[in-house]
Amino acid sequence: MLFFTRWKAVGILLLALVVCLFAVPNFFPESTLRKWPSWAQRHIVLGLDLQGGSSLLLEVDTAAVRKERLQGLADDVLRVLRQARIPFTGRTIHGNSVEVRITRESDIDNAVAKLRELSQPLSGILGTSGERSVNVTESGGLITLAPSDAALTERIRQAVDQSIQIIERRVNELGLVEPTIQREGASRILVQVPGLQDPSRLKEILGKTAKLDFRMVDQSMTPEQALATHVPQDSEILDGEGGQKFLVEKRVLVSGADLVDAQPGFDQRNSEPIVSFRFNSSGARKFAEATQANVGKPFAIILDNKVISAPVIREPILGGSGQISGNFTIQQANDLAILLRAGALPAPLTVIEERTVGPGLGQDSINAGEHAAYVGAALVVFFMLVTYGLFGLFANIAVAVNIAMIFGVLSALGATLTLPGIAGIVLTVGIAVDSNVLIYERIREEVRGGRSAISAIDAGFSRALATILDSNITTFIAAAVLFYIGTGPVRGFAVTLGIGILTSLFTAFTMTRLIVAYWVRLWRPRTVPI
Amino acid sequence: MRLLRIVPDDTRFDFMRFRRISFPISAMLSIAAILLYFLHGLNFGIDFVGGTLMEVQTKAGPADLAKMRGTIGALNLGDFQLQQFGAPNDVLIRISEQPGGDAAQQAAVQKVRDALGGEVEYRRVEVVGPSVSTELLSYGTIGLVLAIGAILIYLWFRFEWQFALGAMIANVHDLVLTVGFMSLTHIDFDLTSIAALLTILGYSLNDTVVIYDRIREMLRRYKRMSMPELLNASINATLSRSIVTHLTVSLSLLALLLFGGQAIRSFTATMMFGVVLVGTYTSVFIASPILIYLGVGRTRHGEPEGTEVEAPPTAPPVPPAPPKPQRARARR
Repeated sequence: MLFFTRWKAVGILLLALVVCLFAVPNFFPESTLRKWPSWAQRHIVLGLDLQGGSSLLLEVDTAAVRKERLQGLADDVLRVLRQARIPFTGRTIHGNSVEVRITRESDIDNAVAKLRELSQPLSGILGTSGERSVNVTESGGLITLAPSDAALTERIRQAVDQSIQIIERRVNELGLVEPTIQREGASRILVQVPGLQDPSRLKEILGKTAKLDFRMVDQSMTPEQALATHVPQDSEILDGEGGQKFLVEKRVLVSGADLVDAQPGFDQRNSEPIVSFRFNSSGARKFAEATQANVGKPFAIILDNKVISAPVIREPILGGSGQISGNFTIQQANDLAILLRAGALPAPLTVIEERTVGPGLGQDSINAGEHAAYVGAALVVFFMLVTYGLFGLFANIAVAVNIAMIFGVLSALGATLTLPGIAGIVLTVGIAVDSNVLIYERIREEVRGGRSAISAIDAGFSRALATILDSNITTFIAAAVLFYIGTGPVRGFAVTLGIGILTSLFTAFTMTRLIVAYWVRLWRPRTVPI
Repeated sequence: MRLLRIVPDDTRFDFMRFRRISFPISAMLSIAAILLYFLHGLNFGIDFVGGTLMEVQTKAGPADLAKMRGTIGALNLGDFQLQQFGAPNDVLIRISEQPGGDAAQQAAVQKVRDALGGEVEYRRVEVVGPSVSTELLSYGTIGLVLAIGAILIYLWFRFEWQFALGAMIANVHDLVLTVGFMSLTHIDFDLTSIAALLTILGYSLNDTVVIYDRIREMLRRYKRMSMPELLNASINATLSRSIVTHLTVSLSLLALLLFGGQAIRSFTATMMFGVVLVGTYTSVFIASPILIYLGVGRTRHGEPEGTEVEAPPTAPPVPPAPPKPQRARARR
């Protein structure tokens, strides 16, 4: 156990040195680091609990995605059957499917064939999976179209991806620094903004779907009449500002998706805050056609199913630009412009978890963590020296190398250091020390058993190492499980604990042994000084 | 320099003798802990029951808790608690989960922010909605069970099944006692508590494994030694290591407890109890003697299982340096 070939010794020292060197970038300010090659820039990122900031966990409303998919399918059914001139009754959304009853029995086969065309084969990772996006079944003239689970899952995945892009744009528009936005599980998105103290405005901006529609106002009756009698099939009642009701057509003239720009500004006549916008070419054409055909009639500008305003078209708007006014404050006009520029979310988002740490607490935590680490280290170093003397010094060197290596690995991974992470490092020091204690106690025992110094050291190492391995693997399993199931702070703890166990295994198996081996070679001791 | 010897060489404590006391005591304590859990409950933090936690610092002088209580009480947010937290101008506000789903929690925070206005600095705001909290609790529980399972399988591979079972009983015992401690002291039970429990599990196992490793080695080497004798010898041989290690771990933990700040205080307090107090006791007085009951070494000669002699007259001999061939076997 005490013999090292020269190459092995050099290899061990080199590996330890290289790993430690990875920790170097942490000692330089960001501005200096930027001049270094990119591979050398990796460093430990402080978690939001240490540097302060806001972390929001958002959930995409999957029920809304599902509902929208069904509504879209129902619209498709209407279009297909009308095009094929097949009479039908009772087109309804029932649970997770769309049902339609074909009036004439002779049309049924044709209708099923036509509706089957709505269903596309789903492509899996390995070509087509044989599953289709919509399952079409028929019994006694009643055709049921149900979107398959796989198709819905895919749709939700797309909705989350799209939401992430739009959140990114909105967060950037707000001018927040270095936000991270990432997917969490199937339908969640984690937004972290360092340095943000009050996330109220961010939450407000993210909480809006920002679905903008231009639709005609249905003038066949007043909203009150519609409420009293019945709402026409192709129209619906929407709320406006101040409790006003509007009867608007369901058909969308132009949607927010066709916008290319939106800017806050002031109305030239009454200097009220407004948002001016510009359509892309297809949006401009659609808007021009619609306004040409409906001069003198009111249309509604609808944001998130709420009518912002319903102006009367005075003349055709051909230039593809316009403005929205609706008693905005300057801030509201500003936010609306941001939302319109960033685009609409495919589904509403809800904040389901929020954690915000102010910069004061973060700094306090760093100080407390550092303080505890220094005091803990000093106590342990002293204790080891008093208990094991020279060998205690060896152990202290090994533990110091161990800590440097933990920081090296964390830097190389670009890991995030949280307060529980610091606790993990402090505990790792305990584990690293334990490895040395196991070795030394075993050596003491072998000496008592009557062995010579060198033979006792040799036997001590070889026997203790098996025990160290066993005991560390069990702790490592606990760390791995913590990492797997944990979120945020717990995961930070698991990462440092896990890395710490690996590095302390390395130092126990090589560092301490190497140091002791060289000491034995140089001093040829007759007695063991422990 | 004379080095510190915390444990003298060649201790010959008869630990096995205490199993007649330690088992009933542990059983009673475990039952008490379980009763505490069901009667007194745990002080579940917002991670597991949802709600809002705000740590605020008043800008001008010490916080006026009564006034704050009035301000927040006027908002009609249901149950809430105010608590001094560290310094006299630090206040922890806990608001229970609002009815009406995730969005309602957000509205509550906004109300408190508006009501307290600019008088305070918000050091920490945490809001956990109902959809997350139930998940976190189930993840936490699954995590603990998974960890115990994974460790059991590992031990089963490395040792015999009796050892794995013994370690599991010992560790469940540790966890139960720690949960009882948390219930008794009413420490916040949140995500970091799960981390603390898992670390206690890891440490306690670590300790148990070190002793088991030695027992296995002795079982191979001394074919004729009786089980209690052999267990005593194993524990005595590793006693010095156990004590030194626990001292260093307690030193680290003590530093964290005293200087690590409020944020991790409950974490370190739990660890202190679980690792230092319970873990050590368990590996010596529960994990090792339980091997006798689980039937390890039943076919051995020497003292028959169950009929204890007054206490073995002299503790086992210090193992002499074994001859070479045997050593190779002991090393596996």
